[in-house]
Amino acid sequence: MSVHSRPPLLDLDPAVVATARHLAAKAAAPVVEIARSHTTVSVERATLRLAGITGADSTHRAGDVPWVNRVVDTVAEHCGLQDGVCGPVFHALAEHNLGSLTELAEATAAGQVTYRVPTGKDATRAAKASRAAVAKGLRTVDRNRAQRDKLVAKLGDPPRRPWIYLIVATGDIDEDVVQAANAARAGADIIAVIRSTGQSLLDYVPEGATHHGFAGTYATQENFRIMRAAMDEVSREVGRYVRVTNYASGLCMPEIAVLAGLQRLDMMLNDSMYGILFRDINPIRTFVDQRFSRQVHARAGIIINTGEDNYLTTADAVDAAHTVTVSQLLNEHFAHEAGLPDELLGLGHAFEINPKVPESFRLELAHALLARELFPDAPLKWMPPTKHMTGDVFNGYLLDGFFNLAGALTGQSILLVGMMTEAVVTPFLSDRDLALANVRYVLEAAGNLAEDFRPAPDGLIVKRAHQVLGEAVDLLGRVVDDGLLNAIAEGTFGLMKRPPDQGKGVAGVIAKGEGYRNPATDLLDEGATK
Amino acid sequence: MTSSDTQAPGSSEKRYVRPYGDTSGDGMVQTSFTLPVPHGPRAEGAALLLAAKMGLEPAMVVHSNPIGPDFTFFVVYGSAKHIIDLTEVEVVEREYPLLPPSEVNTVIKRALRRKLVVVGACIGTDAHTVGIDAILNIKGFAGEKGLEYYRELRVVNLGAQVSVPDLVKRARAEKADAVLVSQVVTQRDAHILNTQEMSAAFREAMGGRRPLLIAGGPRFDPRMAGDLGVDRVFSRGTTPGEVASYLVHAINQRKEQPA
Repeated sequence: MSVHSRPPLLDLDPAVVATARHLAAKAAAPVVEIARSHTTVSVERATLRLAGITGADSTHRAGDVPWVNRVVDTVAEHCGLQDGVCGPVFHALAEHNLGSLTELAEATAAGQVTYRVPTGKDATRAAKASRAAVAKGLRTVDRNRAQRDKLVAKLGDPPRRPWIYLIVATGDIDEDVVQAANAARAGADIIAVIRSTGQSLLDYVPEGATHHGFAGTYATQENFRIMRAAMDEVSREVGRYVRVTNYASGLCMPEIAVLAGLQRLDMMLNDSMYGILFRDINPIRTFVDQRFSRQVHARAGIIINTGEDNYLTTADAVDAAHTVTVSQLLNEHFAHEAGLPDELLGLGHAFEINPKVPESFRLELAHALLARELFPDAPLKWMPPTKHMTGDVFNGYLLDGFFNLAGALTGQSILLVGMMTEAVVTPFLSDRDLALANVRYVLEAAGNLAEDFRPAPDGLIVKRAHQVLGEAVDLLGRVVDDGLLNAIAEGTFGLMKRPPDQGKGVAGVIAKGEGYRNPATDLLDEGATK
Repeated sequence: MTSSDTQAPGSSEKRYVRPYGDTSGDGMVQTSFTLPVPHGPRAEGAALLLAAKMGLEPAMVVHSNPIGPDFTFFVVYGSAKHIIDLTEVEVVEREYPLLPPSEVNTVIKRALRRKLVVVGACIGTDAHTVGIDAILNIKGFAGEKGLEYYRELRVVNLGAQVSVPDLVKRARAEKADAVLVSQVVTQRDAHILNTQEMSAAFREAMGGRRPLLIAGGPRFDPRMAGDLGVDRVFSRGTTPGEVASYLVHAINQRKEQPA
């Protein structure tokens, strides 16, 4: 899938590039250590989902509470989570002689189960049983991956790069399906279903098919299944495999990654720092959840999309260009560490320079080329203008055309289709159609222009790219000196200050004890199926 | 028609106007829309009929194309027959101007010479933080960044299910200039009772030195501020920029008339 056989145009100094990667690894190392030595309620819930718990307690006074939440909360209350949830859960399952985890969950809700950390033979038995259960879930993920490969082989990938990525966001999964099918027929290769506003701050994953989201549709296992099934049908109709995307972010990042793997989603938004910076989620919680979710994505063959575009919506796209590069390098390191290869690494960046800035298009080309050449084998995700879309839809259409041209010219891999109605209304059917026509025109008229594109060696584009890389190396040096967590606390990225001991979900972070066991991380680390 | 009929009172501006295409009074407008009708002569006829009902006569469908098998997109030009009497125009004045973030920051800096402290919370049993987060989180709402984005605002978001005594305590400790409470749940008028309890607690604890009190939620009526004992009520669809602009307006007013 890495078909970016482009000759390098920027003449980047390999020594500087190596320094940048070395510094990123050094900056990330203490955080990786923290991620390995902690668990979270969501990691434990994700593990139970792999072990086969589904459904929710519909009799709870607070509304539907997923069974995984009931069980993990009860285990935390009875004996803590420092040893992992699996020992107490599978010991209780054997002790009470129950047939399934769902029965155990029901008994838990009824107050009939007292959880404790098993020892000796009991511990060995629980470990064996939990490993077998979680392995079964992972084998479903493996089968889905094989099924995707089979369908891609049979139906084919999109005929060209970049792949065209389009968003639907009606709030009702059934309407989403209609819009997504139309978009795929009109040329979209990837359908993303935006989540309901605020889902990232829910500490549980809602259940079932949903029809009443706010500015988006809830990510649920059933909604994932419905969309994937509908796009399988459309894939056969249009004769190419249409990919489905959702969001493994927020407080339930690991669980949503698991549900994506179980329902054969193809791409997931999954940034290492987005939740910290833009949602005020506790930094430790985010890094722990992120590592687990990336291990799951690696196993499932899911392409992750990182969220660097967001920095440029808060900070200035010229002044802060190097923070995007720094974040890409950190995301790359965290992803590699969690087992994701380059071809699953959809690093993000965006066309967000103020169009009133002189030479803004050349600067965009410089930034986009820099990302392309720093990460030659990654399926880069190129995000359209949002900040400078004003409601003047005619101007917006022109700007989106330039964005498409920059994407084609610099060999971007995944192109998120810009809407001229950005910041005005949710796109009309016709807005989406016009946006796709814009992309088609540019790709057909200039899709191979990259072949003729040679920026002058001492021209503005090359100089600017070198400057941004230099600033990124300087910033990485400072991050290494300060520590990444301190840098985040001081507002280095996206201007937000986020101290490591604060933020949402901090109560759900637990230091692993000596006896911590998690069959999911064991199986993921080993790449084992049993 | 006398000249006083055609002129807006007290100005040399015309009183009656029509859209301007390329000639005065031609009434020309351009519009686009989609009809759920398959592409073809019937769809085009339907588009012209709609244009006529919209007051465009004569109208021309200058472009149409199918969107899938069931829809057609149109671009229509036509002359609007409607005439606008400028004396009928009503401009609703907001009592405060909407300011961009940079100006909000400048005004705060000038007025306070320190950061303006905003404490936000969902009070009572309400766990719906969507509203308060949309206003406070940097992620924001409707394309506008939340209050955290403003350099001169210090935002303390206490999150969900904060008790009124805790809120008063934290507001005092943080030296809050403004307290934002969000209420989504309206069962048995919980949003009204909770907000009244909150404002009473602030009056009792701090009297005239209490912070600005702002309540927000989809079911609030902006005219209820007095009944609720708060300074301002924001309803459905409020954006962070409106709240920020109100904050600087209110802080400036308070400075001018100390309580």
